[in-house]
Amino acid sequence: MLLGRYIPGNSPVHQLDPRTKLLGCFYYIGIVFLANNWITYALLFVLTLGLLPLARVRLGFFLRGLRAIMFLILFTVLLQLFFTTGGHVWWQWGWLTVTSKGVLNAVYILCRLVLIIFASTLLTLTTQPLGLADAVESILKPLKKIHVPVTELALMLSIALRFVPTLMDQTTKTMNAQRARGVDFGSGGPIKQLKSIVPLFIPLFVSAFSMADDLATAMEARGFRGGDGRTRYRALAYHRGDVVAAILLVAVTVVLIVLRTH
Amino acid sequence: MEPVINIEDLSFRYRDAEQDALRHVSMSIQPGEWVAIIGRNGSGKSTLAGNIIGLLEPERGQVTSGHVTVSGLPLDDEHVWDIRDHVGVVFQNPDNQFVGATVADDIAFGMENRAVPREEMHERVAAALTAVNMSDFAEREPARLSGGQKQRVAIAGIVAQAPDIIILDEATSMLDPAGRREVIDLVTQLQHERHMTVLSITHDLSEAARADRIIMLAHGEVADVGTPAEIFTRGHELADNGLDVPYPEQLKAALRGRGIQVPNEYFTEKGLVDYLWTLRSTM
Repeated sequence: MLLGRYIPGNSPVHQLDPRTKLLGCFYYIGIVFLANNWITYALLFVLTLGLLPLARVRLGFFLRGLRAIMFLILFTVLLQLFFTTGGHVWWQWGWLTVTSKGVLNAVYILCRLVLIIFASTLLTLTTQPLGLADAVESILKPLKKIHVPVTELALMLSIALRFVPTLMDQTTKTMNAQRARGVDFGSGGPIKQLKSIVPLFIPLFVSAFSMADDLATAMEARGFRGGDGRTRYRALAYHRGDVVAAILLVAVTVVLIVLRTH
Repeated sequence: MEPVINIEDLSFRYRDAEQDALRHVSMSIQPGEWVAIIGRNGSGKSTLAGNIIGLLEPERGQVTSGHVTVSGLPLDDEHVWDIRDHVGVVFQNPDNQFVGATVADDIAFGMENRAVPREEMHERVAAALTAVNMSDFAEREPARLSGGQKQRVAIAGIVAQAPDIIILDEATSMLDPAGRREVIDLVTQLQHERHMTVLSITHDLSEAARADRIIMLAHGEVADVGTPAEIFTRGHELADNGLDVPYPEQLKAALRGRGIQVPNEYFTEKGLVDYLWTLRSTM
């Protein structure tokens, strides 16, 4: 799974503000749905593939991202292909029909999914998780007015991200320790497999609790009194590249709207 | 001189506990002093540390008598946060006390809590990294650091915060011998440079040997107070309290067993080598 994988780099895309990339990614996913004919899809594909050399990330990473949800894509495309009615009927067998409109819809859905996956993979490959956490905090900041504890949420997010590798290590250690005592992970029927997970999960939960307890103590000892009245060490700042990205997205939107009505 | 930590007649009981975890503990620690608190598991060492900075909240237990003063401030609800400004604590598990996503973030955490302006934070983080010799690691994530390096980051966080007192709550117990020595040398250096008071809670005798004074706890009471030389010559008593006997003392006992007379006074390893060197000398 490519989610959360980050490839360090220094490309123009890496240097964009994480807020630009996060919002830009959501916006891009939104405008993908504006495309409704060959020319608009072609434009989006050229644009997306054009970003790859700019981000200096190999195409292979994206294809691997696709492979992970291949089944979902295939399922959706086949559903569209066989169950869309309208247009010329090209082939029929019982209630399964392949029509010209069905083929067209299936291809469009395929294009959409591929574009969306490429855009989100580009986001995670070029943005540090910490940067994303900062971006989420900054974007949610207006919600403070309606008493959403944004700072606390951001702190939880960044602590969660920081503990992912620690907990992964802990999981591997616990698994090996239980294997050494004869627990057989990943074999047998579903019930047996589920049962073998218990000696992994319970110790992991308990150790997560004690970790949380230690961490809370350490945080308090260092003067943490809650989210309010703190300053921030890390600051996000927009640069010229972010303006260029925003202009590009607006231009693409305008062109898409013009082309879709033609 | 006014003591920097003053504890008078402190008793503390955990909730649902049969007896007090601390019983009538009194001690005063002078500014610039390095005091080691030793004792077997369950002797109340960590409870004492928790009481000094007010970490043991009422729901976990209660103080049944006595009071604590840190840097002239009485420990109560009103002053507890001011006291924490004066004290930096390094805990046992290097993984579980690392708050920040990177080294620099973790060092800045204490300053963020005290609303230090950003420019000043950047300067102080850089200075603290230099002080602990970790400047190349600023953007590293904790998962890519060794245990000793993580404890150095924890100490850098304290340096940046510039408190008067460092408490090492078994800070070296999960490190290898090299990491242990590294951390202790670093704290020694900081103590000399910044005239900090160090309170180290430890099982490690080489750490306790660095102290100016050792306080031994047993069953929540102060069992013994003295210089390392005084405490370490009580081999039998150390063993009774579940502690190791330092290596020179073990060697002295073994020599006595073979009929070689050695003086009772405490020797460091080097001191004992020097003594043995001159023992058979006829010059």
